[in-house]
Amino acid sequence: MSGPDTPGLAGCADEFYELLVGAHQGLTQAQSAALNARLVLLLADRVGELATLRRCLDAARAGID
Amino acid sequence: MASFIYDRFEYRTAPELAGAGRRRYPVVIVGAGPVGLTAALDLAQLGIDCVVLDDNDQVSDGSRAICWAKRTLEIFDRLGVGERMLAKGVTWKVGRIYHGERELYHFDLLPEGGHRMPAFINLQQYYVEHFLVARARELGARIDLRWKNRVTQVRHLGDGVRLEVETPEGPYRLECDWLIAADGARSAIRGALGHGFSGHAFEDKFLIVDVRMAADYPSDRRFWFRPRFDPAESVLIHRQPDDVFRIDFQLGRDADVGEARDPERALARVRRVVGPAADCRFEWCSVYTFKCARMPRFVDGHVIFAGDSAHLVSPFGARGGNGGIQDVDNLCWKLALILRGLAPSALLASYECERGRAADENIANARRTTAFMSPATPAERALRDAVLELAGAHPFARALVNSGRLSRPHDYAGLPGSEADAAAAPPAMHPGAACLDAPLPGGEGGWLLQRLGNRPCALVMAADEAEARALQAQAAALTTVPGLRTVTVDLSRGEPARLAGERYGAAAGTTCLIRPDQHVLARWPRWDPAAIADAWRGYIHHPAWEGNV
Repeated sequence: MSGPDTPGLAGCADEFYELLVGAHQGLTQAQSAALNARLVLLLADRVGELATLRRCLDAARAGID
Repeated sequence: MASFIYDRFEYRTAPELAGAGRRRYPVVIVGAGPVGLTAALDLAQLGIDCVVLDDNDQVSDGSRAICWAKRTLEIFDRLGVGERMLAKGVTWKVGRIYHGERELYHFDLLPEGGHRMPAFINLQQYYVEHFLVARARELGARIDLRWKNRVTQVRHLGDGVRLEVETPEGPYRLECDWLIAADGARSAIRGALGHGFSGHAFEDKFLIVDVRMAADYPSDRRFWFRPRFDPAESVLIHRQPDDVFRIDFQLGRDADVGEARDPERALARVRRVVGPAADCRFEWCSVYTFKCARMPRFVDGHVIFAGDSAHLVSPFGARGGNGGIQDVDNLCWKLALILRGLAPSALLASYECERGRAADENIANARRTTAFMSPATPAERALRDAVLELAGAHPFARALVNSGRLSRPHDYAGLPGSEADAAAAPPAMHPGAACLDAPLPGGEGGWLLQRLGNRPCALVMAADEAEARALQAQAAALTTVPGLRTVTVDLSRGEPARLAGERYGAAAGTTCLIRPDQHVLARWPRWDPAAIADAWRGYIHHPAWEGNV
């Protein structure tokens, strides 16, 4: 299971980023926030492991406030 | 005061104006920039005469293209100018990425040894052109350089092209079998023939400044996102020869161009990058926006477009100049075969196919870099900034940070003529890939790419010296591949042969057929002369090329 410290996008990083940005095209800020929220939930379902999700949440929160 | 003394090339009366001259030439090249001059050198060394027409009479004004990639240096080396470029250029391979003041990470573009050429050199375009012109002169009459010769009209003939050329002494007419239009982003040939050049223009403005500064400053490429020392979105610094530094400022969409271009202000900005103590002097600056565009087709009858005239990318990644050099590297050997009657004109469809995909790859990379550097909406900016915030602590996010994906040779794998692979290992040197260099063992020694040269080549792994000699003798009988050269690697030499074995296959008998532009054409686990002849013929006469040009 790859966590936040194991590179999991090697080889497709640029394509993924382009898709991610493309998904937001034409949306208002509120719609973009909604997209991000849905995406987080869908990805969490794919991860499916509480310990990994907990580490990801800690890493995402670090330094934000 | 610029540190470089610009050459002024002497205008000479064209023989056609003096009532002499051949009037018809195998190849005319329009544009004496790096791409046009490289084409001239390549053709001359393949025994093809050419005329180079340029509307100016000096090398590039300003440093312009400065980053020359390993593959370009290998091509220059084959053309006899690699050594002097390397000696003058600033060699580098490490890039450092900063966010604010903090270094997020650095990357190494060539961590392994065993290559004659480095990952990159920085060298001002005027030096590159200066060396290419000097080399052209060494080759004597094969290359006819005509300065202040401006093409005013282009006309297709059935089997060639007719040009009307304007000079300080009046006009003259010239005909050629093939015309290479290497006349840059604003190509007059493209315009005269009415071709479209569609693409996407980016709104951000950039200021580039060259300064001269005697400072003990690193040669690494350094890139700042949101630097603390300047209001710019990003800043990029490259070291060039003669203590000249190039600094790029990403000004954003609404910048005041006139103000940014003012030398005093530009110099003040540079001082905030390099520190007030440095003694730096202004050399050159320019404000630009960029666009990505390409022609739908690169070949129109007997007119062939190469470099910026055919496709244009943003500068981040150094894919413009390097991509153009690879264009003519792909083109010239094919043109020489066609002119000698050893290949059909249809073969040029392979140029369009291979370099078209290379252009698409370069444009896609440039577009993605731009998207990362210039977030268009608050949502994009939030994503971009999240990547930067995470990249310091989390290696996965570094793969998403995009300050330019630096030029690499395009891999033609999967395209017609490069589909089949008869040997599985090693994966890197599959058909279509640009050849990796390696030191060679034995009496001749030297470097693999130097030995491959500009002819088709069979690279064979031999168990010992006796087998190597036997293979050479068999290959000499293979006349169906014109000019075939055979390079054997004697595996019994052990360590000196190790890298060549690792890169091309360490099993005796492994054979690669290599194109004159040093891309793998086909490979086999066993030495098989009939298969070599078939593979060569299969590429030159591939059905995919028919009906395309």
